[in-house]
Amino acid sequence: MFRNQYDTDITTYSPQGRLHQVEYAMEAVKQGSASVGVRSKTHVVLATLKRFASELSGDQKKLFAIDDHVVIAISGLTADARVLSRYMRTETQHHKFMYDEPMPVGRLVLQVADKCQISTQRASKRPFGVGLLVAGVDENGPHLYQTCPSGNYFEYLAMAIGARSQSAKTYLERTYTTLAEAGVEELIQSAVTALRETVASSKDTELTTKNTAIAIVGTDGSGMRVLENAAVQPYIDALDAASPASDDEEEDGDGDNAAAAPAAAAPDAAAGEAAPAADAPAEGPADMQT
Amino acid sequence: MDALGLLRPGASVSGLPAAHTPGAATGFALGDHAGRAQAAPAAEPGVVASTASGPLQRRFQPYQNNGGTVLAVAGKGFCVVASDTRLGLGYSIPSRKVSRILKMTDKVVLASSGMQADMLTLHKTLRMRLVQYQQTHQKHMSLTAASQMLSNMLYTRRFFPYYTFNVLGGIDENGEGWAYGYDAIGSHEKVSAVCSGTGQTLIQPVLDNQIEFKQQWGAPKVDLSLEATVELIRDAFTSAGERDIYTGDFVEICKITKDGVDVEEFQLKLD
Amino acid sequence: MSGLRLTEGSRGLAASVAVEGAPLTRTQVPYVTGSSVLGMKCADGVVIACDTMASYGTLARFKSLSRMHQVSPNCILGVGGDYSDFQQLQTMVDAEMTAQYVANDGLTLSPKAIHSFLARHMYHRRCKVDPLWNTVIVAGFDKGEGVLSLVDLFGTAFSSDVLATGFGLHLGLPLLRNAHRPDITVAEAKGVLEDILKVLFYRDARTNDVVQLASVTAAGVEIGKMTKLKTEWGYKSFVEGARVGDDSSW
Repeated sequence: MFRNQYDTDITTYSPQGRLHQVEYAMEAVKQGSASVGVRSKTHVVLATLKRFASELSGDQKKLFAIDDHVVIAISGLTADARVLSRYMRTETQHHKFMYDEPMPVGRLVLQVADKCQISTQRASKRPFGVGLLVAGVDENGPHLYQTCPSGNYFEYLAMAIGARSQSAKTYLERTYTTLAEAGVEELIQSAVTALRETVASSKDTELTTKNTAIAIVGTDGSGMRVLENAAVQPYIDALDAASPASDDEEEDGDGDNAAAAPAAAAPDAAAGEAAPAADAPAEGPADMQT
Repeated sequence: MDALGLLRPGASVSGLPAAHTPGAATGFALGDHAGRAQAAPAAEPGVVASTASGPLQRRFQPYQNNGGTVLAVAGKGFCVVASDTRLGLGYSIPSRKVSRILKMTDKVVLASSGMQADMLTLHKTLRMRLVQYQQTHQKHMSLTAASQMLSNMLYTRRFFPYYTFNVLGGIDENGEGWAYGYDAIGSHEKVSAVCSGTGQTLIQPVLDNQIEFKQQWGAPKVDLSLEATVELIRDAFTSAGERDIYTGDFVEICKITKDGVDVEEFQLKLD
Repeated sequence: MSGLRLTEGSRGLAASVAVEGAPLTRTQVPYVTGSSVLGMKCADGVVIACDTMASYGTLARFKSLSRMHQVSPNCILGVGGDYSDFQQLQTMVDAEMTAQYVANDGLTLSPKAIHSFLARHMYHRRCKVDPLWNTVIVAGFDKGEGVLSLVDLFGTAFSSDVLATGFGLHLGLPLLRNAHRPDITVAEAKGVLEDILKVLFYRDARTNDVVQLASVTAAGVEIGKMTKLKTEWGYKSFVEGARVGDDSSW
């Protein structure tokens, strides 16, 4: 079966200038269950949909606390995510040891992205098959970043990754302007609502207290907290109370244009907070193609 | 390393005057006035004259004792860990308020005397390890685990020891209060009362007598209340401050109960 | 030990030189040294002060060297001890600040972070038994508050309302403690520090009368010009020496 001559190793470009192995790694992210992140002026909230390997199993972990001020949500290969989360934990601890201060979120994300990039350029390596939503607070306030297997990273006001995340992104694109001034509860509800969009068309999945996990980080010094099980019930109840999920979700077809949707790619964040968004993709090509 | 007697608290280490030890730093510690001393080349912190035959050489001594007294007393369902806050150097007091206490968890508190730079590094490393433990095990470290980890961490520097004398106190898994005493390289002992540092010789016998009822033949052993223990500790520090020039200024007293750690402070003489 | 004998006796120790059969030796002795640095935290900022002499043993080798170094828009160092190690320290700190700058995210190190970074570096060097022979006072202003901290060649690190290094630890610190009030102003503290430098000049043979004061406030760093102290040598006890019954030991 002829498929593609240019996708058997990492370091070979296709004539179109694409690195297929890297794109396949990006595909692995889309296979993972969805994660949503939203940001206000004071808080960042992550909402995740956990999968169960079987009826008998526990859930796959989706949220990893990195430090008192940083938490990540992952979509893709959980095992790869553990490597990255361990790396991030070490880095934040070392930073605290050296400088007696928490590590700036952007610096941490940059280092993770650099680590991801290395494995896109070495014959002996395989790209990380995981995308991260990194939520954190630092001197400059709250931040929400996304990292990709390609080594790209972006700062967002709101973002979703993973399976059927396009539906969540569509929802967020409609509503993100209200997020900046939102209170914590409102922000959590937005994240859960966006997450629900990813399962809205599914016959056999809905948000439950078992498969939903939420993380909140704030600039008010309250640190980071994770909501699971019964603690997420109120937000799920509020979903049912509100109108049922819209039915205009768009499936990620072949997905090449999915991730690069400019979503809420914070124009003000880029200008005002020196966000490293300078290398954000314009539009069109898949976002690993810089 | 211990040929220099470094591992005993109060041993002669530059920074502390110890006139009885030939060859070690003696007399005034002249701060960073290097190359100034006329007669005694050893009259600076960190510099010691070689006692071996051959040309006179001065070399950097990496140890310094900043003094201080730390203690831990365990009782029924509580533990009290205390330390003074004086940072001593030779006959000087560079600062009167430098904490020697690390709150490891809500139930475990560590106090370290000796060299402040080593203490700082030890505490920072411990803090890092505590976070790692929390992240991998999803729970706080128990007193027993903390006591073993401290020992291991001290022993990793067996051949270039942390010049610190530690006491660890807290509440264990059964809700009982315990104290642990350490030497610089990790040997440790689980006890009900221990004191380390420059005031050790002044306070430990008092604790033996008042907490363990040593030498009180036939006297009934009574468990001290938290209040009585704190009162005893205040008296012990006041007395040590009277006779030990490296103990003074302020005392931080951490009262550890099942409800967490409550810190109180009281003043000693500033002389 | 005189400066001259010191250099003769320690020749070859200055650099990291491996002599065959002998263990590796490194800089074990300070050569050209600066004396005291003083610092006081005020209600509206921090002031530090030092003289401008660097001695070579007993020789007053350099008499107008600055011992201050601006690290960031809101942080300065005042450094005593070996002058070449101080210059090494400047290079190292500047390299670190450049590394922060080239991250291009607008973030830099706070005075507290600079202090911690220095402490880790100094401790690392002492563990290699290859110390930077300095005592460093870090003065800064961050989040509306003054920062005044110290690091020495062992990696000892702490913060305090008043700090003094070198001979100032003996003569200056008690005076600083007496003069300090939580509501003291930068302007007032400058006067106090200048007076203490005068005391040090009278009594510390490694201090000269050309001094430099610097402050860090909400307005930023201000490192003053080198100025000559106005001294008075006509005091009776200076001229006639001490007598029985005098208040002082002169």
